[in-house]
Amino acid sequence: MTKSSTSIEIRDLYKIFGSAPERFVSAVKNGMSKTELGKTHGHILGLNNINITMPAGKIQVVMGLSGSGKSTLIRHINRLIEPTSGSILIDGRNVLEMNELELREFRRNNTAMVFQRFALLPHRTVIDNVTFGLEIRGVEKGRARETGMRWIERVGLHGFENRYPDELSGGMQQRVGLARALSNDASILLMDEAYSALDPLIRTDMQTMLLDLQKELKKTIVFITHDLDEALRLGDNIVILRDGSIIQQGDAQDILLRPADDYIRRFIKDVNRARFIKVDAVMEAMPKQAPKSAPRLRSGTSLEVAAVELSKAGQDSALVTDAAGAPLGIVSLRQITAALASEDVG
Amino acid sequence: MDWLFKFPQIDPDILLSVKRAIDGSLKTLTRNYGQSIENFFYPLQQVLIFFERVISNAPWPLVVLALAAIAWFAARSVKVVVAVILMLLAIGLMGLWPDAMKTISLVLTATLFSIAIGIPLGILMNRYKRVGAIMQTVLDVMQTMPPFVYLIPVVMLLGIGRVPGFIAVVIYAIPPIIRLTDLGIRLVDKEVLEAADAYGCSRSQKLWKVQMPLAMPTIMAGINQTIMMALGMVVIASMIGVQGLGLNVLQAIANQYFTQGIFNGFAIVGIAIIFDRISQAYGHRLQKHRGARHD
Ligand SMILES: Nc1ncnc2c1ncn2[C@@H]1O[C@H](COP(=O)(O)OP(=O)(O)O)[C@@H](O)[C@H]1O
Ligand SMILES: [Mg+2]
Repeated sequence: MTKSSTSIEIRDLYKIFGSAPERFVSAVKNGMSKTELGKTHGHILGLNNINITMPAGKIQVVMGLSGSGKSTLIRHINRLIEPTSGSILIDGRNVLEMNELELREFRRNNTAMVFQRFALLPHRTVIDNVTFGLEIRGVEKGRARETGMRWIERVGLHGFENRYPDELSGGMQQRVGLARALSNDASILLMDEAYSALDPLIRTDMQTMLLDLQKELKKTIVFITHDLDEALRLGDNIVILRDGSIIQQGDAQDILLRPADDYIRRFIKDVNRARFIKVDAVMEAMPKQAPKSAPRLRSGTSLEVAAVELSKAGQDSALVTDAAGAPLGIVSLRQITAALASEDVG
Repeated sequence: MDWLFKFPQIDPDILLSVKRAIDGSLKTLTRNYGQSIENFFYPLQQVLIFFERVISNAPWPLVVLALAAIAWFAARSVKVVVAVILMLLAIGLMGLWPDAMKTISLVLTATLFSIAIGIPLGILMNRYKRVGAIMQTVLDVMQTMPPFVYLIPVVMLLGIGRVPGFIAVVIYAIPPIIRLTDLGIRLVDKEVLEAADAYGCSRSQKLWKVQMPLAMPTIMAGINQTIMMALGMVVIASMIGVQGLGLNVLQAIANQYFTQGIFNGFAIVGIAIIFDRISQAYGHRLQKHRGARHD
């Protein structure tokens, strides 16, 4: 089921929408703003100097408000949109140099996509939707069905295989979308606001399912969202876009503890910091003498859990240890409170 | 000030010679190629005769049964089936059975023919923008031109009879199916098309697995309109030698037989209702899982 994963490198990517985009590339490279390009030249700056290295087997989140260029960016990876300039390397292979046939093969075998409004085929049953990618590839019917049934089961839709999409709830439809993508057994999974149309509770379920699956599948997932909680929960890496430009890249700790600018500060203002900041990010180096009888916290514990543990133990500070139990540092209630209160901690 | 009240006209002699030249060359064309044009349409004529014979010579209960069965498979509704049977019985009781069969045969063949060339034309129209723009204009002209006008060249080239009548009916009835095929494909959800691309569909896979199935309800609405227009044309087509209910109406007009006109008129309406119910019910059944309705 699993496949060795694939890295994605996006280099110097620019996308300008309009009738003659090439004319404005150099102006944009020299710093023309989205507003100026739009107002005086009638072109839309979709993406501006994007550089991202998406490591193999990780979840890369791209976050930004509506219109910031997220969909445009993810569609460059399977070249549903042609860039104005730049390159996209998948395992060292430039997607932009593929001819039509190579591109089709690449899409059939290496990528799978999940859509915000599901994009299922309404005239096909669940199983026929799930095997769509396999059918396009020419996989023999019986085998496609077998694979499809396995994934239908895996996403929790057993018994629904002969229903039609319009008989399912939104959450179930997106499970079909996910099963369709996973059946393809592609190493890259592209998810464009896949959960944005779902109710909050169902969304959390779907996030959990994705994380569980990912533990086993280790695909390279590009996950688009405008929801910070979702980004923090899923992203091994997070890129924040605004008006087509990257304003910050990093993991959840970087974003929460070292926001690059006011835009991001506003974004993270209302997030539950205690749940996402980890003790590792706020701990200090081990003092010479370790306090005796201090409680021990595993590396990666959230501040939320750490605070509970400390108050249960009636202690001021705790040791942070690695999986083997070796101490890595020390964290105190004071540090925890500081990290929760302020937006910029060292 | 005379010129203000009399529209300046091209010299009548010039106009006359232009008309003569065009009509003359059309006549020469018919004289020289008449035989080969007739030969070209000979297979079509045979097909039309064959269909008419099959449906006219079949025992009437079988025809009723067959149409009832079609109604059942298309609509899956007892109400529609009963309506179809009652309609046919009424037509038969009024003594119009043989003529009704001729009319039904004409309408069915014209519709099948329109589907066979209209759907591919609609697909072409959708795929190639230039073709689409040209076709749009041609269709506009076809739909606004009074049918009597294009009867003239058809009759000049093919004379009077089954084939010219059939061609006139097809020309009149085909625009909706072309237009609605194009429209149906255009209305397919953009995100679904994107999914087709993202999963690596070739153009033909996209067309046959995604666009056409999703356009089907709209195309069905086009087929329905085409049938109705074909039926509407049967009286005019009878002027150039098509037999059936239309001819009876024409005779009734010429001789002022009011009752004959009414009876045959109602028979045409009855057939229209039968086809309309069947094709609409089928269209609705198609729509069941295919999202938006466009009717
Ligand atoms: N095909 C297009 N033509 C012109 N402008 C476009 C097109 N697609 C997207 N845009 C513009 O590019 C910007 C980014 O759009 P998009 O990538 O859809 O944003 P997001 O997915 O983050 O909401 C928007 O300003 C949008 O209006
Ligand atoms: Mg978007």
